Amino acid sequence: MAKEVLVFAEQRGGALRKVSFEMVTTGRKLADSMGGECCAVVVGDSVSGMAADLGKYGADKVFVVEDAKLKDYVPDLYAQAVAEVAKDAKVLIGGASAMGKDLLPRVAARLDTAMASDCVKLDMDGNSLMALRPVFAGKAFVTIKINGTPQVAAGRPKVFPAEENAKAGAVEKVSVSLGDAKAALKELKQEAGDRVDLTEADIIVSGGRGMKGPDEYKILEELADALGSTATVGASRAAVDAGWRPHSDQVGQTGKTVSPSLYIACGISGAIQHLAGMGSSKYIVAVNKDADAPIFSKADYGIVEDLFKLVPELTKEVKKLLAE
Amino acid sequence: MNSAVIMKQVPDTEALIKLAPDGSGYVKEGVKFVMNPYDEFGVEEALKIKEAAGAGEVTIISLGSERAVEAIRTALAMGADKGVLLNAGEGSACALGLAKALAEELKAGDYKIIFCGKQAIDDDMAQVGPMVAELMGIPCVTVVTKVELSGNKAVCTREIEGGKEIVEVALPAVIACQKGLNEPRYASLPGIMKAKKKPLDQKDISLGDAKAVIVKWEAPPERPPGRIIEGDDAATKAAALVKALREEAKVI
Ligand SMILES: Cc1cc2nc3c(=O)[nH]c(=O)nc-3n(C[C@H](O)[C@H](O)[C@H](O)COP(=O)(O)OP(=O)(O)OC[C@H]3O[C@@H](n4cnc5c(N)ncnc54)[C@H](O)[C@@H]3O)c2cc1C
Repeated sequence: MAKEVLVFAEQRGGALRKVSFEMVTTGRKLADSMGGECCAVVVGDSVSGMAADLGKYGADKVFVVEDAKLKDYVPDLYAQAVAEVAKDAKVLIGGASAMGKDLLPRVAARLDTAMASDCVKLDMDGNSLMALRPVFAGKAFVTIKINGTPQVAAGRPKVFPAEENAKAGAVEKVSVSLGDAKAALKELKQEAGDRVDLTEADIIVSGGRGMKGPDEYKILEELADALGSTATVGASRAAVDAGWRPHSDQVGQTGKTVSPSLYIACGISGAIQHLAGMGSSKYIVAVNKDADAPIFSKADYGIVEDLFKLVPELTKEVKKLLAE
Repeated sequence: MNSAVIMKQVPDTEALIKLAPDGSGYVKEGVKFVMNPYDEFGVEEALKIKEAAGAGEVTIISLGSERAVEAIRTALAMGADKGVLLNAGEGSACALGLAKALAEELKAGDYKIIFCGKQAIDDDMAQVGPMVAELMGIPCVTVVTKVELSGNKAVCTREIEGGKEIVEVALPAVIACQKGLNEPRYASLPGIMKAKKKPLDQKDISLGDAKAVIVKWEAPPERPPGRIIEGDDAATKAAALVKALREEAKVI
């Protein structure tokens, strides 16, 4: 059977991740432009129940590789399973998430093909996948064409829309004889608190050296709380290096690349390495007391003000608005 | 225990990237090149392991043009023992091509652990580490912020969305480093003097045809100019911002 497009649908802990729906929606569009089928593959233990959800977003067929050995993400076994299903696909896409970025290069190497990672746009030109991706942390963009089979690409989370598409997917179980894993997951540590991860957040309230110390971040936490469950708190490298915030909060060239719809930078000067990580945010707000701070040149809305005065007022206003 | 670090020379993070007029790439003249910041964590970790064991050699393997010798010398000045440059000229291959050449070189050595950065900050591909591991048939752990060795195993902490995974792998393995792993040391003056005498082997290689080809370079999309929100005091400005975010931007 022809698999024009195969989407690696990522699940963790028995739940599909949002990026999987984004990529299935994208895969559907690519398959339609080729007049072919969009399939998905999901790997894990007891995951066939997820097929219906993937169908909703446009998968014609969902391949399921189930094995108790695949309960947690085991890179080499997952690579073996996905490569098995992907070997006769024309295009293989997945999310450029922690798992996708770890897994898809291995699958590509196994199948002796190349890939484009962290793409922000995927189109077909005839049978060729055209992958647009930032390089130099967004200082330039390149379009990549892959001369291998399958053509592999990973899409940056939150950039591609996830749209429901009324096609019911059929399920096909695939059995893969798996060897022994070379790596084993010993423990999974969830970060304390229930905020979304920076890479998945819709709104990020970020603080830099202007925050003055770790305790002052409380006002950013309060603003994020007021903005709701899709909001979280980030930091500049200066704040992370000062030990005020954990490294996993760092946004920038050597931190996380984020694509929220709203990024509020408080007490951040806007160094080129910081801009690199947040430049693709849909809307940028800068709060800085220095009117000449470079961050203002990137901001959609700038406020020249002491952040310690502004942020609490902002929280009040947001609460007022959302209570209406 | 011998370890290797796969290291790439890249434009400095401060560099402004100007595209070549013919669209073939970016202008390299006038650009300052440095060791990929993520690879510095790999060099540091390899040195720490060597120091803790009191034995073993750290080999730096770089694939690039002649210019990459500078970055290898920097790593030697930090304390690495020897360097290998796979000189492919300025020609570019895709990550798979690079990984094949690197894997071949690595297989020839007896490395217990192979470090690399989680990604190079020029092409931002994040593919070479996992591809090298796959081609060598050894495990790989990416975005690593902690490594603990015990016997023939490494227990690594890696960053995932909203948490961390603790993964155990058998050695040899490829470890792709993330910021947070350690604080890379600076090259000392005596280190720089010593580095000049350390062995640095250059091998000319040719990369086969790239399977991923860049067909177009372009400048990032321009952001429309923003506006400064004025007001008499913080409260007025905050109210105006919230109004704009709700009514114009429609993001809250
Ligand atoms: C290899 C390399 C990689 C790097 N990677 C990253 C990265 O990933 N992410 C990153 O962020 N940086 C990175 N940097 C660091 C970067 O160059 C800057 O040093 C850093 O971003 C500065 O952080 P900042 O804006 O918080 O601090 P500063 O530049 O010190 O700016 C603080 C700002 O706060 C303002 N301020 C102070 N008090 C107040 C107040 N009360 N109210 C309002 N405003 C106030 C000041 O006017 C100033 O503009 C990297 C650097 C290098 C060399």
